Amino acid sequence: MSLLAPELAQAALDRALQRGGDWAELYAEERSGFAVSLDDRRVERPQSGHEIGASIRLVLGEATYFGHVDGLAEPDLLALADSVSQALDREPGNAIALSGVQPRPAHEVRERPEDVPVERKVELLRACEETARGAGDDVAQVTVGYAENRRTVAIFNSNGFAAGDDRTRLRLSVQVVARRGDRVETGTETRGGHAGFELLDDRPEAIAEEAARKGLTALDAVDAPAGKMPVVVGNGFGGVLLHEAIGHGLEADAVQKDASVYAGRVGDTLAEDFVTAYDDGRKPGEWGSDGIDDEGTPTQRTTIIEGGRLTSYLYDRLRAQKGRALSTGNGRRESFRHLPLPRMTNTYFGPGEATPEDLIEGVERGLYAVSFGGGQVEPATGDFVFGVSEGYLIEDGKVTAPVRGATLIGNGPEALAAIDGIAADLEIATGFCGKGGQRVPAGVGQPHVRIRALTVGGTG
Amino acid sequence: MTLEQAAELALAAAEAAGATDAEAWADESQGLEVRVYREEVESLTDAGGRGIGLRVFVDGRSGYGYGTDLSEPALRALAERAHAGAAASDPDEHAGLPESFGASEVGDLHSPEFDSWTTERKVELAIAVDRAARAQEGVSQVEQTVYADGRGRVAIANSRGFAAAYESSSAWAYSSAFAGKGADLMTGLGVGMARDPGGLDPEAVGSEAAERALALVGARQPGSRRCPVVLDAFVAASFAGFIGGMLSADSVQRGRSLFAGKLGDEVAAPILRLADDPTDPGGLASAPFDGEGSPTRRNALIEDGRLATYLYDARTARKDGRETTGSATRGSYRSAPSVGTSNLVLDAGDKDLDALVRDAGDGLFVTDVAGLHSGVNPVSGTFSVGATGRLIEGGQLGSPVREITIASDLVSMLKAVRAVGSEARWVPFGGSVKAAPLLLEEMSVGGS
Repeated sequence: MSLLAPELAQAALDRALQRGGDWAELYAEERSGFAVSLDDRRVERPQSGHEIGASIRLVLGEATYFGHVDGLAEPDLLALADSVSQALDREPGNAIALSGVQPRPAHEVRERPEDVPVERKVELLRACEETARGAGDDVAQVTVGYAENRRTVAIFNSNGFAAGDDRTRLRLSVQVVARRGDRVETGTETRGGHAGFELLDDRPEAIAEEAARKGLTALDAVDAPAGKMPVVVGNGFGGVLLHEAIGHGLEADAVQKDASVYAGRVGDTLAEDFVTAYDDGRKPGEWGSDGIDDEGTPTQRTTIIEGGRLTSYLYDRLRAQKGRALSTGNGRRESFRHLPLPRMTNTYFGPGEATPEDLIEGVERGLYAVSFGGGQVEPATGDFVFGVSEGYLIEDGKVTAPVRGATLIGNGPEALAAIDGIAADLEIATGFCGKGGQRVPAGVGQPHVRIRALTVGGTG
Repeated sequence: MTLEQAAELALAAAEAAGATDAEAWADESQGLEVRVYREEVESLTDAGGRGIGLRVFVDGRSGYGYGTDLSEPALRALAERAHAGAAASDPDEHAGLPESFGASEVGDLHSPEFDSWTTERKVELAIAVDRAARAQEGVSQVEQTVYADGRGRVAIANSRGFAAAYESSSAWAYSSAFAGKGADLMTGLGVGMARDPGGLDPEAVGSEAAERALALVGARQPGSRRCPVVLDAFVAASFAGFIGGMLSADSVQRGRSLFAGKLGDEVAAPILRLADDPTDPGGLASAPFDGEGSPTRRNALIEDGRLATYLYDARTARKDGRETTGSATRGSYRSAPSVGTSNLVLDAGDKDLDALVRDAGDGLFVTDVAGLHSGVNPVSGTFSVGATGRLIEGGQLGSPVREITIASDLVSMLKAVRAVGSEARWVPFGGSVKAAPLLLEEMSVGGS
């Protein structure tokens, strides 16, 4: 299936360059999706969408001129190219001859979600609900959400290259509200991937069991302690700490504007020598993986920290050009309505050799932060804040009572330097990352990691 | 094809697919975004789009479909997908279109001035904002200045014969400035919003970004304490937005709001008044009708400290045996209507910021909070969020502080409000909020 004929792409790019520019790019996309949820015992909110559109980007020096339209009709694309070209007044340019693009999946999709009857999806929701409700009498409410989407993209660049990708993502999440007396707590668990319906072949009820366990455990939570203490961060979604506190600061747009605390620090030792971290957009089937990025650069595994040293920033084409580097395949965009920005794909700490128990054993009094409700960072300073959605006290080397209302407050480079242990149990979880008004799927992950000291803001 | 024609075709397609009732919402928009860096254009985006969303009802079951293709065959396919979704879902005795429809008088949401602005003048405006931020001594960098605008048109039609449309325009600008260097670098945001670019004051937006960053230079982590707290308008708006979300009857009925069962109860200090007002033309979320064709109206949410109403759409209203408050919201044709806030309005008091700070005596002035959405438990209302600001010492603003947390629960916080400031303004935090600073009697502040 070809989304757009190369002749039309060529004509549009020639028009875009009619009043000059270093290069131009046409990005065409077809997006479709289906979502349905179960809430308050009822299957509801079935929603399907289908969108087609394109954008044209014209670059001259450090300035970008951009526009987008719905649909791929020839007159609309040519009018868009004319409109974008109006910003310049220079010698006309031409696109180098372009070949056609056949968008193909780079990651295995065994069972196409759109071919699965909606009844099977609904059955899955009900099975998860039943499992969650069966987990205990204190389970008061269960919400199950299913979403599938497919993005077929074709990218044509006036430098003469064209590329395509066919991306399928699937996600199932369960939220449990647990109630006992006046106490109300929630537990959430998600499974997602760049994959087909086969992602849910392996015990989907396990997602519901985990959500219920989190909610029920939280009912017994005591107020979180406050102050500076050692923190052991859980594997999987615990990696959101790396994503927020370090990853965003390595995105080349922030670095080049001196808006990152990591600017000018490639080659510096920022962590102990056993600390290694990657951004890997190729990892098979992972949530943040694609075949190519949204500028047509093949995705890759980039080592960002090796042996404690900062080794690379994350680049899209524009920032790579400015930084005299090569794109690392991190030019991502939410849709054809957005400009690409340097964005993380799947970002994670590499595994070490310890076990989670080893890390916990060494702590006299501290916090075991298993999972986060979310977080925020100021890349310019590295200051971050994370809400701990599942956490426990560590007392005399043992995990004891669950805590609620804990917040981790700190600074990226300080926290990175304070990592004093990494376990072997690497896991990657499903996240969404917001930046510049664009939301993209991003994998976050890590093995268990111990931070020597971090400020815990508690309610207690 | 006009939006109205597409909506009619979609309704016919829904009927042909087997729907007993249907509603089509079509919108189109045109917008410009200018990003400026070092007083030069970094990117210029010209964006247009149109699409349609179709909600179908089949004997109490409902489904939604949306798309960008307004051709007849595409609308038929869309209707069939929406119908298939409905068929697979469970019936809800309360689901369905509202009983009555209409449009309220809301004034002109589209400024006639808007169309007279050329791209060149908008670029100049954006550069003027950037220049104003950079001009202040001590500003080390302006990370980004953005001007953005949009004008759009919305048309709704349903199978009961209701059809209406409206136009609107908006323009906003923001700038993010840095002051200080290295580990001491602090950031500040300046914002402005209006119905047309002429309503923006570039000097004010740029200066605000610079001043907010400069006020924080040299910030340190203070010791933990319990003390009076003044929230500035940005922070008050963020909290108001969070509270507004929990007043949705949908959250309440699903057991996800701490305000469940509290109608008529005292939930805040008597001086606090909060309303949701989609009819105030000053608010950018205003509209004559809501996302399902009910006329909009001002709804007092917290009156003299008491919880006056939840926000309802037709479905949640039926469930509670009430009338809709006209609070079905939609982001665009891509989303089905859901209960939500439009413009939240916090009634201003009579003390200016200096007076609030004086009244606080020794405490904390908060100018930024981080992690609100992960730090607040929406069901219990307990929260602990990161904060930045300045100490208040002897009734005066003192040294800047960072890496602190403020913790409480939302109802305790609302009851602790001692004064609402007089300087009310529209801000884009927590949705669209007309906010004023708040003086709180006491909060738990976590530091070193």
